[in-house]
Amino acid sequence: MAEELKKEELVKIQYKPPKKDWMDTPVKFRHGTYIYPAKAKNLQYLDLPNPREWSPVDEDWKLPENWKEIVLNGMKERLDKYRSFKVFMDICVRCGACADKCHFYIGGGDPKNMPVLRAELIRSVYRGNFTAAGKILGRINGARDLTKDVIKEWFSYFYQCTECRRCSVFCPYGIDTAEITMMGRELLTLLGVNVNWILEPAANCYRTGNHLGIQPHALMDMFEMMLDDIKDRTGIKIEPTFNRKGAEILFITPSADFFAEPGMYTCMGYLMLFHELGLDYTWSTYASEGGNFGLFTSHEMIKRLNAKMYAEAKRLGVKWILGGECGHMWRVVHQYMDTLNGPADFLQEPVSPVTGTKFENAKSTKMVHIAEFTADLIKNKKIKLDPGRNDKLRITFHDSCNPARAMGIFEEPRYIIKNVCNNFFEMPENTTREQTFCCGGGAGLGTDEMMETRMRGGMPRANAVQYVHEKYGVNRLSCMCAIDRATLTTLMEYWVPDVKVTGIHELVANALVMNGEKERIVDIRGEPLKDEKGENHV
Amino acid sequence: MKIVVAFIVVLVLAALPYAGIQYAGMSTVFGIIIPYAAVAVFILGVVYRIVKWARSPVPFRIPTTCGQEKSLPWIKQNKLDNPSGTAGVLGRMALEILCFRSLFRNTRTELREGPRLSYASSVWLWLAAIAFHWSFLIILIRHFRLFSQPVPHFINVVENIDGFLQIGVPTLYITDILLLAAVLYLFIRRVVLPQVRYISLVADYVPLLLIFGIGLTGVLMRYFFRVNVIGVKELVMGLIAFKPHVPADIGTLFFIHLFLIATLFAYFPFSKLMHLGGVFLSPTRNLANNNRMVRHINPWNYPVHVHTYAEYEDEFRDKMKAVGLPVEKE
Repeated sequence: MAEELKKEELVKIQYKPPKKDWMDTPVKFRHGTYIYPAKAKNLQYLDLPNPREWSPVDEDWKLPENWKEIVLNGMKERLDKYRSFKVFMDICVRCGACADKCHFYIGGGDPKNMPVLRAELIRSVYRGNFTAAGKILGRINGARDLTKDVIKEWFSYFYQCTECRRCSVFCPYGIDTAEITMMGRELLTLLGVNVNWILEPAANCYRTGNHLGIQPHALMDMFEMMLDDIKDRTGIKIEPTFNRKGAEILFITPSADFFAEPGMYTCMGYLMLFHELGLDYTWSTYASEGGNFGLFTSHEMIKRLNAKMYAEAKRLGVKWILGGECGHMWRVVHQYMDTLNGPADFLQEPVSPVTGTKFENAKSTKMVHIAEFTADLIKNKKIKLDPGRNDKLRITFHDSCNPARAMGIFEEPRYIIKNVCNNFFEMPENTTREQTFCCGGGAGLGTDEMMETRMRGGMPRANAVQYVHEKYGVNRLSCMCAIDRATLTTLMEYWVPDVKVTGIHELVANALVMNGEKERIVDIRGEPLKDEKGENHV
Repeated sequence: MKIVVAFIVVLVLAALPYAGIQYAGMSTVFGIIIPYAAVAVFILGVVYRIVKWARSPVPFRIPTTCGQEKSLPWIKQNKLDNPSGTAGVLGRMALEILCFRSLFRNTRTELREGPRLSYASSVWLWLAAIAFHWSFLIILIRHFRLFSQPVPHFINVVENIDGFLQIGVPTLYITDILLLAAVLYLFIRRVVLPQVRYISLVADYVPLLLIFGIGLTGVLMRYFFRVNVIGVKELVMGLIAFKPHVPADIGTLFFIHLFLIATLFAYFPFSKLMHLGGVFLSPTRNLANNNRMVRHINPWNYPVHVHTYAEYEDEFRDKMKAVGLPVEKE
């Protein structure tokens, strides 16, 4: 896997495009740069078309007989339904401002990973089939026919885009490649051309409530382990509730944080914080997933998976919903949920029971981001913090793509970090906030068979971490995204091995002074609070 | 190859009126019929395109947020880059349309030894774009002198500002220089930068060459080979009064200029030049980021299959009861 890829080889990047026109360059599938296709059983479970066994390296992808008609009808339908798609098909002037803004292009040099060309893959078919000028002038006007090779090319490049929207920050017309990629993936879904790393979690989530397919009794076991660890480190036994009717708040977070390091430390942070506050809240086993791999499949799938949040809130009779640290979950919750699954008229406008603060900005969806919630607690001095307990950590913060460019939640996490840690260092400004770089594994790309693409795509992020690592001795990369906590960990092991990854609420957990706790000698990971020399930082 | 095709296209376009006027005496065709046709195509085409865009709904509110969101009262919101209301959106759109805000952010990424990635601010594209578009607009406004009798005062003001250097006779307009220089830069950039050349279509070179041709013929007429301006104005006033006639001896150069403009107008609705209209309709820019405050309605939101809690409990009831989880049905 990652170890087999030599860094020296990887950074020999050829940015000069080939002589041959891109329309004459068919796609090649090479190990490490494509994701395995979705298994038939997952398509069947989700009622998706054309379930079968196939492979991208096969000549024949076993497409439905009328595949062309399906795609063109699908395009027409989407052009009529989404102004974004239609306008973005028409107005690009190919100025190239987006070209070197994509992490996959920066880390790989493949011209089809320039956002403009990624969009042209589909725009060329649009011109050839839906515009008069394209039909008459053909290739002179940048039009081409829809062929099976085009489908293969779409599959390759729409699954080499993490829908991070960085390019859309720089586009003078706001053309959003995420929107193009989402349409491309929807069209591929009509043909049953999907990847397993997205559809398996989606199918699991549909059935069991979470991506990992954790059944309710197993979920209890996982929480037991986390609660035991918390008792071990703090001396406090926490007893959270599940599926409890009449709780004030329903808490939903990505299931990846229930068991895997380092995400589970963030989850332990939530448990500790809510316990300390005496919050009247419940977890749900039915809505046990904040993430939504529907976002990486189709708008319909977003709605089907996300319906559980409101349905469960209604069944349990809670007042409002609190959401944990996650990236794409918040793209869905913030930009899609109310529209698709609302109105949430059975809930109440969220008010923090601890501070009395009204979360005005969430008055319609009735769902509050944990960073907003915790920042408000700290501002109102409702929790006792000892930032010195994080002193061995020298921390930087990675803005996750979706909370950054689909919400703009920049100050809340920084405010929390600065209150729970003493050593915080920003990465260079072209790599943070709205210009933040993707981890390289978002939007359903974070799988091991995609390792080369991921390490290339994550290179700009890793490079900025390396910069603050060398300059300030940064040894911890914080983020508020569950996919990040998994993918950045691999990325750091490869590019900057001295830096470990953490969630924000893990840092909160370390600093949180709890009523009745024993003297803390280890952090929430069970590692000594201070290093051997008794000094605070490494 | 694409560049050669574009050159040929524009040269042929320039040769047509020359031949037509010089050898065939087709001044009615080039002076009246084609301008009318071009303007008709332009207006109908632009309206058609915008109506077509507008007929597709905006199902989701998907602004790209480029600053701090509105959240807690003590956190300062970036109202222009992440607006939460109409005023902010208007401000954001004004910055975008008048100042090319997003393009101004442009950086150049470089991979150096180490490896070390660097991102340097790169304003040249922005500078050329802004010089080009504003010059074009000002030149267009100056041309209203030909469309009005008496000439409105503000056109004189614009002319005075544009010619403030007071060089030469007739006075040199700065926008004439800026327009030609900016178009030339944009063209050269497209040809020289390998990545940009790779993504360029014939349809990207043609408008640049066409506009350069328009600018060049305009400059030649004004500063070097004077045409009969009185005649030009007579022609234009006749056209807009729908009493068209072509005065004699206007000069062939003028007809080349006019024909290239007519081509640009007629081509406009079918080309990427429609970004002029599209930029107003871009959902990542023209919507407020108030998603959790105000519900956005999707007109085609339809019911979907979901996995209900009842179905979930039916499958896992025994397991849930075994670990003490509450259930709806015993």
